[in-house]
Amino acid sequence: MFANFMAWIDKRLPVTDCWNKHLAQYPAPKNFNFWYFFGSLAMLVLVNQILTGVWLTMSYEPSGDGAFASIEYIMRDVDYGWLLRYMHSTGASFFFIVVYLHMFRGMMYGSYQKPRELLWIFGMLIFLVLMAEAFMGYLLPWGNMSYWGAQVIISLFGAIPVIGDDLTQWIRGDYVISGATLNRFFALHVIAMPLVLVILVFLHILALHEVGSNNPDGTEIKKKKGSVKPEELSKFKFHKHYTDKYDIVDAIPFHPYYSVKDIMGVAFFLFIFCWVMFFAPEGGGFFIEAPNFEPANGLKTPEHIVPVWYFGPFYTILRVVPDKLLGAVAMFGAIIMLFALPWFDRGTVKSMKFRCTWHKVNLFQFTVSFIVLAILGTKAATPLNNMIGTVASFGYFGFFIALWFYSKNETTKPVPERVSK
Amino acid sequence: MKKFILAVFALVPVLAFAAGPSLPLDSANNDLADKESLKRGFKTYINYCLGCHQLQYQRYNRTFTDLGIEEADGIENYMYTGEKVGDHITNTMPKKEAAAWFGTAPPDLTLEARLRSPDWIYTYLRSFYIDESRPFGVNNTLFKDVGMPHVLQDLQGVSSIDENGKLTPAQGGSLTAEEYDEVVRDLTNFLEYVGEPNKLERKALGVKVLIFIFIFFIFAYLLKKEYWRDVH
Amino acid sequence: MSNVPVNNGRRRFLTAATAVVGGAGVVGVAVPFIGSWNPSARAKAAGAPVEINVGKIQPGQLIRAEWRGKPVYVVRRTEKTVNDLAKVDDQLRDPNSDEAQQPEYAKNAYRSIKPEFLVALGVCTHLGCAPTHHSGDFDQFVEGVSDGFFCPCHGSKFDMAGRVFQGVPAPLNLMVPEHSFTSEDTLLIGVGQGEA
Repeated sequence: MFANFMAWIDKRLPVTDCWNKHLAQYPAPKNFNFWYFFGSLAMLVLVNQILTGVWLTMSYEPSGDGAFASIEYIMRDVDYGWLLRYMHSTGASFFFIVVYLHMFRGMMYGSYQKPRELLWIFGMLIFLVLMAEAFMGYLLPWGNMSYWGAQVIISLFGAIPVIGDDLTQWIRGDYVISGATLNRFFALHVIAMPLVLVILVFLHILALHEVGSNNPDGTEIKKKKGSVKPEELSKFKFHKHYTDKYDIVDAIPFHPYYSVKDIMGVAFFLFIFCWVMFFAPEGGGFFIEAPNFEPANGLKTPEHIVPVWYFGPFYTILRVVPDKLLGAVAMFGAIIMLFALPWFDRGTVKSMKFRCTWHKVNLFQFTVSFIVLAILGTKAATPLNNMIGTVASFGYFGFFIALWFYSKNETTKPVPERVSK
Repeated sequence: MKKFILAVFALVPVLAFAAGPSLPLDSANNDLADKESLKRGFKTYINYCLGCHQLQYQRYNRTFTDLGIEEADGIENYMYTGEKVGDHITNTMPKKEAAAWFGTAPPDLTLEARLRSPDWIYTYLRSFYIDESRPFGVNNTLFKDVGMPHVLQDLQGVSSIDENGKLTPAQGGSLTAEEYDEVVRDLTNFLEYVGEPNKLERKALGVKVLIFIFIFFIFAYLLKKEYWRDVH
Repeated sequence: MSNVPVNNGRRRFLTAATAVVGGAGVVGVAVPFIGSWNPSARAKAAGAPVEINVGKIQPGQLIRAEWRGKPVYVVRRTEKTVNDLAKVDDQLRDPNSDEAQQPEYAKNAYRSIKPEFLVALGVCTHLGCAPTHHSGDFDQFVEGVSDGFFCPCHGSKFDMAGRVFQGVPAPLNLMVPEHSFTSEDTLLIGVGQGEA
């Protein structure tokens, strides 16, 4: 019965073939570690954001007069509205936690290197769109921090010579942030950006499956056809799409091995997620900031205007540059650096395990700089903080510059032919 | 690898510097599960605060249900201006005139406890002192030059401030200092409840959800282990 | 595949167990999504029972109230009107109110709690127009009957108990909503007799 049905479908749409090619007979390296959970977790959070987002839209009112009250309406009057809202707000912060860890994984194991440059670029585009999505979403509760946060970020565009002021006015659609701004941000947040995100995620995965996953050793599991002795080949059955072109070693089918492993990872993640959501939904004032419990007020600036924590690193870089235009350039430059990472790294060894000590030190200082920048972004701009921020900004940019120099003629450890473990 | 991660986490707190100075707040020590305290706080709110400060997102009947007040009792003892039980807890103070009287319109207090914290409210209401230079003759150590008069003065009496900036014990109120603290604690408790009426429900549900996820994790872990016996 | 003996029983059991627990989790997650579609506290507040003082209504007069967005007609019928109700029984579709168009306590000759007061939704059971009340000139629609309701949309006719006449498009009597008297003169629409 079911077999007949599938046969009927398969003649018209290659469902079974697609399942096998991308899941049941897709070769994945067998040595994925903890860091490889974050890709599937990012997908999970994306689904959570889309579902809860759709449901919040049902009760939210995108207008300057009604937005703030409609959030409280959701929190109090709608059955389970508070839960849907906390799932969305907690999900936003966790999205960035997961994505940052996912990106860091890529940096540790050289997952951006040839031939995965385009995969990395798609990932960076997702990151960029995600930041825009989060920024626009943050205005919607129409709290005072929403308002002033948007005010500051939109003002950045005023730094652009000649057209800056006209451009900021055009983005706002008013002389100040107003209901008009709220409405266009709402439209972009609930329709345009999610659509782009989903398409980019699809391309990201498509590109991943074309080149195959990297792994903690950075060795390829797809060897030249005919170069591997038969007894060395992986024992599992893989799709002919892969076996026709390559000899496959040290691989296991994604399904069921990584599907059951990812389900376990999902359970572990959900435990932490729900812990925060049910017992500290404000995330210690980082996930939902206290000034946002006051409606937007264009005449009353909060004591410290700080962006949400996930913008912290880039905001600090902006702030420590004592010039408006150069600050904005540095901030956008910080993101462009990440885009260009595959070309800053001229090395051929992927995993940090086998790279030179310089690289380990460099990656270490980058990680510390990034976290320090993030912390500083949520704090007041005191002279001391600015000084530390400047050092950390040098650390951030210095990572890329240094990488470019030492990676050319790097002394590396020998990379094993086959994955360890 | 592991050392690398550990080193990052060890180093970061060293670089995470102390937060800036902030006024020390007294701990309110209120208990959201204490319904009698919430009822007393509600009553105090209706009698002393609602004239100026609305709770425009909170409904009477929701409050009655959550605090365990019978509807008839609630209408009789907590609703004075002929609203319906489904209405929000509002007043009829005209915003514009109010702004002229107090310098700024009295804010809505539904979310005050989330905006400033319960401890802040508790401390604020116990920090008024005589200052003849102010329109209402009082000032506040926590909220300098606040536009609000000391509404609970007949309960607390009034403090003055000594040369060290410390408050002297309040004089002339109908309550002792301990009794007054109790009134303010109840009021703070009520405002924390109003800030997020689902707070207790949220935590109760959270415990169940975490237990469920834990059980699911055990099954998922065993399943993963079972399948991965194939992998060498 | 692999050279280890696979324990298929254990594997099947764990797969099923994980699927069942996971399925229960999905059902649990669905609860807030489904639950949030119920009428909110705002809708419930707006749809709360409506109280009407009927003491001021003159005999023969109709007043309109609004309850859950619908018009409710409250008529204080004269003694003559009440007495005349039985006369038209043979011209009606459902003279004994057999269809469930009224609460149990209003299933009587007057379709009301007190014979004096008719409480009915002013919504024609044909296509939802508002019938108009004709006092004294209803005989232009039904010979020999002085009072009744006439729907201007498609000409449906109802008597002073909201019962539909034969030969008109409306299939059912006018709906009598849940109502009760909390005191001699206070009518509460939305809460039935004996509830609350």
